[in-house]
Amino acid sequence: MMSVKNWPLWEIFVRSKNGLEHRHCGSLHAADADMALENARDVYTRRNEGVSIWVVESKHITASNPENNGELFEPAQDKVYRHPTFYDLPDEVKHM
Amino acid sequence: MKNQYLYNYILGIADNSLILGQRMGELCGHGPSLETDIACTNISLDLFGQVRSYFQYASKIAGDGRTEDDIAMLRKEREYKNVLLAEQPNTNFAYTIGRQFLFDVYHLAFLKELQKSTDLTLAAIANKCVKEVSYHERFSSDWVKRLGDGTEQSRQKMQEAIDDLWTYTDELFHLTESDKEMVSQGIGVDATLLKDAYYNSVKELLEEATLHIPDSKYFQKGGKKGIHTEHLGYLLSDLQYMQRTYPNMEW
Amino acid sequence: MSEDQIKSLEKEFEARIARDEKIEPKDWMPEKYRETHIRQMSQHAHSEIVGMLPEGNWITRAPSLRRKVALLAKVQDEAGHGLYLYSATETLGASREELYDQLHTGKAKYSSIFNYPTLTWADMGAIGWLVDGAAIINQVPLCNTSYGPYARAMIRVCKEESFHQRQGFEIMLKLANGTEEQKEMAQDALNRWWWPSLMMLGPTDDKSVHTAQSMKWKLKRKTNDELRQQFIDQTVPQADLIGLTIPDPALKWNEERGSYDFGEIDWDEFWQVVKGHGPMNKERMKARVGAWERGEWVRDAAMAYAEKAQNRKEKQAV
Repeated sequence: MMSVKNWPLWEIFVRSKNGLEHRHCGSLHAADADMALENARDVYTRRNEGVSIWVVESKHITASNPENNGELFEPAQDKVYRHPTFYDLPDEVKHM
Repeated sequence: MKNQYLYNYILGIADNSLILGQRMGELCGHGPSLETDIACTNISLDLFGQVRSYFQYASKIAGDGRTEDDIAMLRKEREYKNVLLAEQPNTNFAYTIGRQFLFDVYHLAFLKELQKSTDLTLAAIANKCVKEVSYHERFSSDWVKRLGDGTEQSRQKMQEAIDDLWTYTDELFHLTESDKEMVSQGIGVDATLLKDAYYNSVKELLEEATLHIPDSKYFQKGGKKGIHTEHLGYLLSDLQYMQRTYPNMEW
Repeated sequence: MSEDQIKSLEKEFEARIARDEKIEPKDWMPEKYRETHIRQMSQHAHSEIVGMLPEGNWITRAPSLRRKVALLAKVQDEAGHGLYLYSATETLGASREELYDQLHTGKAKYSSIFNYPTLTWADMGAIGWLVDGAAIINQVPLCNTSYGPYARAMIRVCKEESFHQRQGFEIMLKLANGTEEQKEMAQDALNRWWWPSLMMLGPTDDKSVHTAQSMKWKLKRKTNDELRQQFIDQTVPQADLIGLTIPDPALKWNEERGSYDFGEIDWDEFWQVVKGHGPMNKERMKARVGAWERGEWVRDAAMAYAEKAQNRKEKQAV
């Protein structure tokens, strides 16, 4: 038998230690944000993996469409002048 | 034994965690959702971790070669000193949560006091446990609110559980001979002093959960003296099965 | 989309996988890829949570506190692994409730090894050692499978599982070095779990329907027979080491092949269990369905409470 309303899906982000960013580590089900935090603590930090947790209901995430990857991401590929290796300097120049 | 009082005192504390941990452990694999299942197992694991710290200390005090497992699994029914509340069965999830909540509020207040014990080992154990139990209390309180203020059906079930378990709450604040002795030495916690605050915070949360406060004045007691409900015998036959069937072996 | 367009998309798709690129949830994928992945990943998830039951059976009776916490943590991990895998499956649009429904109505399969009963404490050792051992052989290559969410879930699973097999082997080791009674208990468990563990790696290659396609999609890196041989070759020396006997009189080192020859597997038994007539199929399903149904009012209550709280918040905001 199925419940009328199921617990929604949440995406879980964990900061493994201060100084590092939160990283997506998976998802889980919970009835509300408080429960999502508690569940995330029990599911995703059992082995000391975190010092901070973010939860966001999956439906609130807007994702780019892979079909647009060409126009979104390929134009950045040939902008090599954004990288330090683009510039030629003599070996004698230090600390640059 | 030189430190009989201290030994008894530690067992009194540890047995609560042992029996409650065993009850929570029964649920593993049978919880209402995967996430909740994992959470309940975490509580069980915390409690068994506490038990091991207490019994390892007790075993040192006893100094007669008995191990933590001997103490945990080879006593007779009347020698277990847990409160009656801890041994009540998982009748349904409301009972599991109700039992946990009614115990957690006491347990947390108790451990906060135990941190001040003049016995440094006990104070150190309490120090570690207090963080675990703070989380237990948050977890069980949240669930009491969800079940109490959830659906009509869940309110009924939560109310029934609280009504049934209420009768076991008063015992939490009784003092045994060992308790009194330990209080007088500054080692133990005077649980009688925790009672008013306990009922205040329990009542406050029950009200928030839209539940009635039971008004029964009749309470059950006996666990602390080893006089238990009929449930304990069955729990012990599981807990002790291997040690009894295959005595004197290592696992 | 025209048939030609689909053909060309499919070609590009297969080429991406061949180049070791990962497929992510929103990427275009052939319908068959989606279906196959939903089926395999959910079967995998079901196996994790049904797999909690035979070991869960001994949590209350574990012989020492140390063993009890290790077993509890292991069974809890299995719940976690089921959860990771259900979540990964959900990225393909199949909700956990739907997947549960397939399990509960018998439409979905799970690893048939969990339909055997756990009769003694030594079974906890045998399961950890053999069943987790066989599972690891299956799972490690999946860390590199083509579907991103599945691969990521498997990396997490494999990392966490590394203690499971050790936990089981340590139990066996202790029994094998113990009293006569304990040795017998260990040998008896090995006798009962050995053949089902071999069956767990799936039917022989000539009877296996999915292998070729699965290989292409990196859902499988080796055939069932290769995995089985690998399992036997690595397990026999472990049994020797602790003085237990593999219950197969035909087992013999083959110098030429550099592998063990082994006896005939009882495939009739395998198919009987797969078809739902193993010793514990009914009980396992009853336990799963029971937990889900008993939990319904709890889940509903949590949703109702969440909605009320949300409404209160909105009212306050006005």
